[in-house]
Amino acid sequence: MTEHRPHEDTQKGISRRNFIKNTGLVAGGLVGGSLFGGLLTNQLQKPNAPINSEKEVSHLLEARTFFSNSEDFLILSAATERLFPTDDLGPGAIELGVPYFIDRQLAGEWGMNAKEYMKGPFLQTGVVDAYESQADSTQDQGPNAETQVPTPAFRYQTPMTRGDIFMEGVQALEQTAQEKFKTNFHKLEPKQQDEILQMFDDGKAKMNGVASTTFFNLLLQTTIEGAYADPVYGGNRNMEGWRMKEFPGPRMSYTADIEKEDFIVMKPESLRNYQGH
Amino acid sequence: MAKKLKKVDVVVVGSGWAGGVVSAELAKAGYQVVTLERGKKQDRQDYIGVKDELRYTDRYEMMQNLSPETITSRVKIEDTALPVRTRAEMMAGTDLGGGSVHWAGATYRWRAIDFELRSKTIERYGKEKIPEGMTIQDWGITYDEMEPYYDKWEKTAGISGEPDPLGDKRSSDYPNPPMLASPAVKLFKETTERMGYHPFQVAAGNLSQAYTNPDGEKLNACMFCSYCTMYGCDFTAKSDPLATVIPTARKTGNCEIRTNSLVRRVLHKDGKATGVMFTDTRTGIEYEQPADVVVLGAFSFTNNRLLMLSEIGTQYDPATRKGTIGRNFNGQFNITFLGARGFFENKKFNLYMGAGALGGTLSDFAGDNFDHSNVDFINGGGIEMRQYGDGAISTNHVPSGTPKWGPEFKKNSIHYANRSLVAWYTPAVMSWWHNYVDLDPTYKDEYGDPLLRITNRYTDHDRNMAKFGIEKCSEIMKEMGADIIDEDEVPEEFDHIYSGGHYAGGIIMGADPETSAVNNYLQMWEMDNLFVVGGSAFPQFGGHHPTSTIGALAYRAAEGVEKYLKEGGQLAEAKQETLNA
Repeated sequence: MTEHRPHEDTQKGISRRNFIKNTGLVAGGLVGGSLFGGLLTNQLQKPNAPINSEKEVSHLLEARTFFSNSEDFLILSAATERLFPTDDLGPGAIELGVPYFIDRQLAGEWGMNAKEYMKGPFLQTGVVDAYESQADSTQDQGPNAETQVPTPAFRYQTPMTRGDIFMEGVQALEQTAQEKFKTNFHKLEPKQQDEILQMFDDGKAKMNGVASTTFFNLLLQTTIEGAYADPVYGGNRNMEGWRMKEFPGPRMSYTADIEKEDFIVMKPESLRNYQGH
Repeated sequence: MAKKLKKVDVVVVGSGWAGGVVSAELAKAGYQVVTLERGKKQDRQDYIGVKDELRYTDRYEMMQNLSPETITSRVKIEDTALPVRTRAEMMAGTDLGGGSVHWAGATYRWRAIDFELRSKTIERYGKEKIPEGMTIQDWGITYDEMEPYYDKWEKTAGISGEPDPLGDKRSSDYPNPPMLASPAVKLFKETTERMGYHPFQVAAGNLSQAYTNPDGEKLNACMFCSYCTMYGCDFTAKSDPLATVIPTARKTGNCEIRTNSLVRRVLHKDGKATGVMFTDTRTGIEYEQPADVVVLGAFSFTNNRLLMLSEIGTQYDPATRKGTIGRNFNGQFNITFLGARGFFENKKFNLYMGAGALGGTLSDFAGDNFDHSNVDFINGGGIEMRQYGDGAISTNHVPSGTPKWGPEFKKNSIHYANRSLVAWYTPAVMSWWHNYVDLDPTYKDEYGDPLLRITNRYTDHDRNMAKFGIEKCSEIMKEMGADIIDEDEVPEEFDHIYSGGHYAGGIIMGADPETSAVNNYLQMWEMDNLFVVGGSAFPQFGGHHPTSTIGALAYRAAEGVEKYLKEGGQLAEAKQETLNA
């Protein structure tokens, strides 16, 4: 796939201030680029200052280990924020650390398809594509409806790993943005980003190797996982995802409460608490 | 050249309920047993402190690594099967204790009619009630003969429950009382009782109290922590082989359990099994384990594939409908567990609490508990409402019409997080001539051996049952007071998603060697010293969860192996059955 990414910034020799200025446009309906600024660097942290708070330690985890190109990461981030936006209920994907969650998932065994059957031959036919694009109405039912992420099932028949699909998908988001609006995806208005994401959801966007629905489904699945997985994986920052959902995190026992009629809200606890640190 | 080990009385393949029960029983009887498990060693300590939804539910930590081996799948005989490549599409247990370690724990005995389904259906409704192409058959054993084995397994497992008011005769009650009922479960039970049904608490492999089983194994009371289905229990409160039959087998001093040992062939000579060949998955070294009796007590897929790779018995051929190995593939897929989800505006339930088998159920529409004269299917299933304990990632149920992403999705998914309940129907899946198992012509495992190929499609009969169940569940949800009810859709076709673990058949039981591979002791008709135990023996599925039937069959098989070791020969008498398929 040929790339059509504008290289104006990089050709100029990008300075950090310039970069933040350029990306500090209104993104995902948020003003001032504070979200994106935080993505790039924690500006509150003084260089060489001793690390003495949990908050500062957590910022040390905010670095990319899969996406080598920061622009790809900004595109990914903007897309996740549209899928799971900030609203009056609480933070959206970016503030929850979802982009970092996805970055780490892709850098690990899941992103490399380490435990999936990846032997050929691979059929790359319309039949396979159609399968990947099937409707998701049945995903919410069946023996594991309660234990599955409610994203459509597709039948994986590509030699591409999930990491490959994400790289390809993020670049296809950018290319679609250029073709439709002649602007970077992450600089588009939320409405325009939604329009493009809907094309991917519907399988109408051009992608190499897999149907765009396949990428979209993975993007949606990982966004929701990132919002609600234990914070140890880099998302659900400060357990804000759990707070919104009134989910308590791992507990040893509910024997005392299982028969109670009233809904019980508990202060969430993470795996770190649970494992007794 | 495989390294030859010392001969033993019995070699058992697999350490789940099937292999585990057989190993424990024969070791208790004083026989020298070697049990081979392809997965790793694990115990309770491995589950303490890892209540991690992403790792276990979404990344399938406890499921088979598919990188070396999976299955291929197709709908029609003329299709090309494709590999089921990801663990999201193919869940099969592995590791010590097998799939039973991460089971939910819902426990039902199958019904008297299940074991004599064909003859009883004909008796009551006439031959024409069985549709053309349906290849159901009697099991060659009756419920009354199965009852003592059910009883034995329930006591080993410490099942906690109350009898089904519409159930068949029991020689004794469950060893433990039912679990506590949450408000959601109470609502289901009270509502369905008001509707004139006969609800009861789901009998559970999650213990309601501390219990010592007849073998002296101690189990604790479940604490409803919700990390249950897809997880190992950190509190020995789930009835699984790790808590029961595995320590029982070990204690005898007669059973050696070898993990990381992948059995790849059953060895045989002159119509007798001589042992098994296995590979140590860590070192790659091949071993030969000779034995007087070989027991395949692995997952149904493995039992099928091992016989095929070892060239034992006659492969079923759909063109002639002859041959027994791979016949009558059956199981519960996306056409079962369908029902209705209710959303409650003015009620919130503590849905983050729960246990695998916490739930209410009724069997008014199971087996032949209702008249089938005016319905277009035979048999039936349970209706259940379960409270597994919801994780935060997986509970994003929103009323239909809600977009699946964006602001409205977020709002609704958070609003309804603790406001929706689902009731579903678990109908018995019947067997058909066109659903079977064989070896794939193209795709191979890491050793170059062919993968197992599943050919499975739905019929109008399946769709009729599903539709019936959805209607009943929807009525119940309405009565329960749900403000919005979303009915499941009946899928047009099998989607090749193997989740839930209820895949069965292929090496089926029966009284006639023409149509069954094993007799009612799970002994191969064609090879006296080879027993094949597990879900692979189901000639067709029952209308409830399968685990206790697998446990009961394992006790039956253990008795058979012992009988064979003492007397030799075929343990059951072959009968000819006329199947007008």
